Amino acid sequence: MDFLRPADWEEALAAKAAHPSAVPIAGGTDVMVEINFDHRRPEYLLDLNRVGELHEWQTDGPDVRLGAAVPYTRILDHLRPELPGLALAAHTVGSPQIRNRGSVGGNLGAASPAGDSHPALLAAGADVEVQSVRGTRLIPVEEFYTGVKRNALAPDELIRAVRIRRATGPQQFSKVGTRNAMVIAVCAFGIALHPENRTVRTGIGSAAPTPVRARVAEEFLAAALEEGGLWESGAAVPPSVAAHFAELAAGACNPIDDVRGSAAYRRRAVAVMARRTLGWVWDAYRHDQGRGARCA
Amino acid sequence: MRVNFTVNGRPQEADDVWEGESLLYVLRERLGLPGSKNACEQGECGSCTVRLDGVPVCACLVAAGQAEGREVVTVEGLAGRSGAAEGELSVVQRAFVDAGAVQCGFCTPGLLVAADDLLERVPQPSDADIREALSGNLCRCTGYEKILDAVRLAAARTGEAG
Repeated sequence: MDFLRPADWEEALAAKAAHPSAVPIAGGTDVMVEINFDHRRPEYLLDLNRVGELHEWQTDGPDVRLGAAVPYTRILDHLRPELPGLALAAHTVGSPQIRNRGSVGGNLGAASPAGDSHPALLAAGADVEVQSVRGTRLIPVEEFYTGVKRNALAPDELIRAVRIRRATGPQQFSKVGTRNAMVIAVCAFGIALHPENRTVRTGIGSAAPTPVRARVAEEFLAAALEEGGLWESGAAVPPSVAAHFAELAAGACNPIDDVRGSAAYRRRAVAVMARRTLGWVWDAYRHDQGRGARCA
Repeated sequence: MRVNFTVNGRPQEADDVWEGESLLYVLRERLGLPGSKNACEQGECGSCTVRLDGVPVCACLVAAGQAEGREVVTVEGLAGRSGAAEGELSVVQRAFVDAGAVQCGFCTPGLLVAADDLLERVPQPSDADIREALSGNLCRCTGYEKILDAVRLAAARTGEAG
């Protein structure tokens, strides 16, 4: 095994081009587990800890450009207003020690369907910024996941950043596990209201081979909210609408039975989380509406 | 490969380090610092918690080469850092002893490092702060109550002293 230690991003891209089999390592919270348990013996480890840009973020555009190796702790401490859904998801990652090292770039690189950030990224809307010596590609996050632990990266590419739409409405995240800390999701659900274009986006984790959006549920809900004039009135979402949204969200799942839970349980849990998180974001939206009206 | 870094304030050099080796292995097997414990090797238990440039991390998940040029504090360094006299314990360590927060002792080093970091960041933590800060450290003996007591005691003693 060789340990490659690029001092900056240019060197990292050059190293990846020269050694396409190199496994990038940043926080190590996935890669080191595989090495410790002898599940993986990469020919090269490409250490990204010294690449400063990967640990920085910019919030001056419509998107937050989140460096691939920004630890979850930083997201919690600094990006909660811009990325509330991702901050909630980040808070459920592992433990403080893991959140101090793990990053969204690592979640995307590993592309496990159980990665906690995926539902939040799908719900907010995001593009993965990948680079190689050949240039830059922006990949919509929906297209980034290509299979169980597989992603759209070419062998010479590295994840530079994730460009995540800044929140324009309430966002929520819910995760089912056996306890609060240090738990891999049995399944997870993210939801984001986008009042500016009156859409709702969702993300489901750990209930299909890849993280997925519940597109049919999103479209149904957007139509129901529009039809009922609920964006203007801020009235409650009728229980029948919430129930159908939940059912459609469960329908977007394609889960398996495994040690963490059965397929039937996952479908049911996704429905429950969809209904609950919809309630939470809509309450927050109504609250914000009310406050807006009072201020005016 | 060779790795140079600072451990508990002292420059250290580890030779013949395998590229896939963890920081934990280097600390325990090459530098003779067995305080950080090796248990799950997958970041689940917190027994190997050390501070890397001040930040609590699982040493089992840091590749040794990633520690190059950086500062590591292990449980062995807590007393020295706190300014305790030679052979004395730090406030947090003393509180763990006094509160009966140590049974088999295996989880203790990781908990001490995590608790020490908490009290440095939040000198008067709430119970919720303590639970959150220690949520990455498993203990199979105590049921945690006496560990919580110990952190409260350490906070109270630090407050009195301040």
